[in-house]
Amino acid sequence: MSFPWAKHYEPRNPVMRFLDEKLPLPRLVYNAVGAGYPVPRNLNYMYNFGVLAGFCLVLQIVTGVILAMHYAPNSLVAFGSTEHLMRDVNWGWMLRYAHANGASFFFVVVYLHIFRGFFYGSYKAPREMIWLLGVVIFLLMMATAFMGYVLPWGQMSFWGAKVITGLFSAIPLVGEPLQVWLLGGFAPDNAALNRFFSLHFLLPFVIAGVVILHIWALHIPGSTNPTGVEVKSESDTVPFHPYYTAKDGFGLGVFLLLYCAFVFFFPNYLGHPDNYIEANPLSTPAHIVPEWYFWPFYAILRAFTADILFIPAKLMGVMAMFGAILLWFFLPWLDNSPVRSGHYRPLFRKFFWFGLIPAMAVLFYCGGAPAEEPYVMLSQIATAYYFMHFLVIIPIVSRIEKPRPLPFSITEAVLGEDKKAVLGENTKPAV
Amino acid sequence: MATSTGTPQSDAVAPEADGTGVRRRDFINIAAVSAAGVGGLVTLIPLVSQMAPSKDVLAESTTELDISAIEPGQAIKAVFRKQPVFVRNLTQKEMDEADAVPLSRLRDPETLEERTKEGHRNILVTMGVCTHLGCVPLGAGEGENRGEFGGYFCPCHGSSYDTAARIRKGPAPSNLVVPDYEFTSDTTILIG
Repeated sequence: MSFPWAKHYEPRNPVMRFLDEKLPLPRLVYNAVGAGYPVPRNLNYMYNFGVLAGFCLVLQIVTGVILAMHYAPNSLVAFGSTEHLMRDVNWGWMLRYAHANGASFFFVVVYLHIFRGFFYGSYKAPREMIWLLGVVIFLLMMATAFMGYVLPWGQMSFWGAKVITGLFSAIPLVGEPLQVWLLGGFAPDNAALNRFFSLHFLLPFVIAGVVILHIWALHIPGSTNPTGVEVKSESDTVPFHPYYTAKDGFGLGVFLLLYCAFVFFFPNYLGHPDNYIEANPLSTPAHIVPEWYFWPFYAILRAFTADILFIPAKLMGVMAMFGAILLWFFLPWLDNSPVRSGHYRPLFRKFFWFGLIPAMAVLFYCGGAPAEEPYVMLSQIATAYYFMHFLVIIPIVSRIEKPRPLPFSITEAVLGEDKKAVLGENTKPAV
Repeated sequence: MATSTGTPQSDAVAPEADGTGVRRRDFINIAAVSAAGVGGLVTLIPLVSQMAPSKDVLAESTTELDISAIEPGQAIKAVFRKQPVFVRNLTQKEMDEADAVPLSRLRDPETLEERTKEGHRNILVTMGVCTHLGCVPLGAGEGENRGEFGGYFCPCHGSSYDTAARIRKGPAPSNLVVPDYEFTSDTTILIG
């Protein structure tokens, strides 16, 4: 499905004609990311992160499959096989650093992708399904990243596994047996390591499947754009190839520069030195924090320090942490404003830039800081704002706000209101 | 792209007036795709070479052996790179049998001299790996079937080797391989 003016695939030589009749894979690619997919002409660089996230997924699968060729998921040898990978395997150090930093960069890219969705209202009708699938992908990514971090079987791996599975013990009645069941023991050991490895290998392919659904759902209404105005005519779009393959290609180049800078020059900057100490069930590291990409949610977890009514603080923290993400599933219905782009929503924009973003920044910072004052109190304030923002402010703002006037069309937004220029002889985009 | 004023082409990207020139955009396009292509290909190097033997595997690739205890007529099995090595102390009769075979009768012509070290003509060091498909031939152990030529016999597909471990009959294409080795003293050898 696409706009009626989308170019049609025409195989140029007999081989491609043969293939097109038997298995129209080139046609699929042509219509998905080729000249057959018309895309709004005004996408800015914030719209690069979908393609970059896809690139990261491929990068993680390729490097991960290779690491699995050398790694042994057994608690007796896992730590040693990781060191073997770093020291003995040809290019093993690079492949492991590429995978570990690849996870971080995957999250950077996905957070920016989500941020783009928040600001430009990408979650609104008719694109709710794209958003819901995106949240599913994000949850799967978090699970995958967590289990991957356990595999080197260092101190942070072990205690991360213990703390995160400990979250489940907060569930009333079934919590403790559930944790034991998840770990296959009373503390993380060989059973847990083996199942984490198995699932860490499986989940990326599940993610790839949901990504295909995510893109499929995207191709029905097509991309949003910074104005939030729907595509009206052919002059509002350009073909994905070559326009956005080139733009995404440039973005990919910038991404790779930053990524390679970390892989080759600061490979352990985003990690923890304690993870180069083999797992020791009898000694917890002094300062235990998750990987940076979990910090905001970790801060929410730790923000609940006192029992609220009959709910214990522990359960409250766990519910809030998961709720902070599950909330996103309801966002398309919490935000009733018919205007998509934050660009045309003065009030929404104020709360976005001066409310949500600072709150997230505080949570991010406090999540990586020790569990002491003033970080606990700051986390509590930021957590309160976070939930207020989504549950109270967004619904109210979407009702009382008077949006700025929207442009008539994407073309008008790009070329100005000169109707002659817009609707005259130059209705086709410039080459 | 999006900031264009709608004019189809500016001078910078227009073809030369005669239509034969290279547009600047073509040059940028080819240069960018080439750079990305070369970069992509170079990235394959680590992805491929990680499957080659790692440093710890290569570190196992020498084996030192004390051969003083091998009596004439006896053989021992050792391990070199996780593969069997046969070291045989040939009797005079076995050496004579090997010398008696004309090279023209051999599938893979080599003399016993060429397969042993000078001054240690009786010590035959070969890989215990049949050159057909890699099974371990019999004949090194006490009482094992040595085949009809008195050397080694591979039970998998019936290759027979003579007393100099040269292929005489069966599907194997060449003699049992003599690995690189040297005598570090009269009674010890270093393989690899």
